[in-house]
Amino acid sequence: MKYMHLIWAALFRRKTRTFFTLASILAAFLLFGMLDATRAAFSSGDSVTGVDRLITTSRYSIIQSLPASLAARIQAIPGVKAVGGSNWFGGIYQDPKNVVLSFAVSDNYLDIYHEIDLPADQRKVFEATRTGAIVGEALAKRFGWKIGDKVPLQSTIFPQRSGDKTWPFDIVGIYKPAPGAANGTDQQFLFHHKYFEDANAFRSIGTNVGWYIVQLTSADKADSVARAIDALSANSDHETKTQTEQAFNASFAKQLGDIGLIVSAIMGAVFFTLILLTGNTMAQAVRERTSELAVLKTIGFSSRSVLGMVLAEGILLLVLGGVLGLALAGIVVPIVAKGSGGMLNLPPIGLQTWLTGLALMVAIGALVGALPARRAMRLNIVDALAGR
Amino acid sequence: MTTLIDIQDLSKVYERGRQKVEVLHGVNLTIEEGDFLALMGPSGSGKTTLLNLIGGLDTPTSGSLAVAGERIDRLGAGALARWRAAHVGFVFQFYNLMPMLTAQRNVELPLLLTKLTAAQRRTNASIALQLVGLDDRASHKPSELSGGQQQRVAIARAIVSDPTLLVCDEPTGDLDRQSAEDILGLLRELNREHGKTIVMVTHDPKAAEYANHTLHLDKGSLVEHAAA
Repeated sequence: MKYMHLIWAALFRRKTRTFFTLASILAAFLLFGMLDATRAAFSSGDSVTGVDRLITTSRYSIIQSLPASLAARIQAIPGVKAVGGSNWFGGIYQDPKNVVLSFAVSDNYLDIYHEIDLPADQRKVFEATRTGAIVGEALAKRFGWKIGDKVPLQSTIFPQRSGDKTWPFDIVGIYKPAPGAANGTDQQFLFHHKYFEDANAFRSIGTNVGWYIVQLTSADKADSVARAIDALSANSDHETKTQTEQAFNASFAKQLGDIGLIVSAIMGAVFFTLILLTGNTMAQAVRERTSELAVLKTIGFSSRSVLGMVLAEGILLLVLGGVLGLALAGIVVPIVAKGSGGMLNLPPIGLQTWLTGLALMVAIGALVGALPARRAMRLNIVDALAGR
Repeated sequence: MTTLIDIQDLSKVYERGRQKVEVLHGVNLTIEEGDFLALMGPSGSGKTTLLNLIGGLDTPTSGSLAVAGERIDRLGAGALARWRAAHVGFVFQFYNLMPMLTAQRNVELPLLLTKLTAAQRRTNASIALQLVGLDDRASHKPSELSGGQQQRVAIARAIVSDPTLLVCDEPTGDLDRQSAEDILGLLRELNREHGKTIVMVTHDPKAAEYANHTLHLDKGSLVEHAAA
């Protein structure tokens, strides 16, 4: 810390160059923050809710539904506490770009998904209303819905028996996601599977179930129960694949592409460019200060001290730009999320992102400072003072 | 007077590629404590090399070099750096101040290597600046000072840690006559009133007149040792 003013002064010796270098670091870490938020939005890896739930889908495709009769057979397996079902509705509201995450769900769905926090009075009304729907508070806010509103949703897949693809719903409840709920929980539109069955023109599909949600008596029974469920349909025309909810969510997100890999690839390219750019700037800055570094060594600063100061300069440069970039990402991410109309449910920049970001800043700073620092450490005083 | 610097059969050979250049050969010299010695000679005579060896910036190829009884030719790089910090103050032709630091901060630099507190460092630097008559320019950066003033700051930096020895390489080489005389007067004052031993390389015979002794070097050997 005694040398901090020296490091700081060296860093801002050429203000314009330092400003532009900081701007490039800021841009890189702004991008890092936003991409990491995107990756987190498509990942449920951090959520511990749902560890006691399995999802059973068709073995071959998520769009292939399963027979309703399977529910009772699954329920009979030891270790199964409850079995619920859900169907993808594919709803849009008013405009094709207003995609609504809408699901027809079984009556016991709210008992299984305890992280959906719906007031008891609203739940009563929901249970008593055939066309009732409950929506997450973020979704309600997105479209300005309130309890009592009649909302027409158009299904991109299922027409009603009349042939009309527009389904009327009554908003009877607005729920909050409990702490720890998976990303996107507050973006959902849930309605009765019974309504879906009765009004669906595709009667055979309507009576089927898109996927089963199996609540376990204990999370450690997941493997044995999953195997037992899949054994029920082995060699049938509706073989199943049962996996943990987290694995299901991850595979669902992967239908869009491997977001983690895409994000890593982009960030790899960005940071590689940053290393070249900042490394070149650092090398140039230290070359320009050769005689000053020689004077420090003349006065009595050890080679290690000089090495440490140049390394610290590189790290300080990266940390300054990086912290500003991540802080800016913290401001921009909610704005982007809001601007997307709720479709891009970006989580705020969290502790994990900050820690990863800080580790990257220190690592890149040390990397770009390493060569100039080594050069400074090995500087021959006599040659440097003579300008050789 | 006691001997401060004792040089025996000192040689320095530089290797430039495949070529070996013997810059100093067989130099014998003793410098008393409290002396003010001028080293003169033509370019390439080895005077700066001898000064660098005396100041511990370089190591001899052969021979011995003792300062205050300590064989500095035997010290490793780290120990030599610590020795320089404790015993030598340097004054260069082109001042070599840190352009981004104020005069006060420049003078404080050697004190960063001591255990003094920040307040003590500030106080000592102020005293050194006062001694060279620049206490009113403490907050100025080098670019805001004249050449003579910058050299005074460099002298303040050289004396702030109270070294035994001041090593000056052409301290007036970049100054006008008046500034040069002021600087030389200051060096003489440091020698006479504060007892600093000074070894100064110069091309200027008028500058050498300020020293107690003048030593001439030619082609790496001492050729004359005369009283001023």
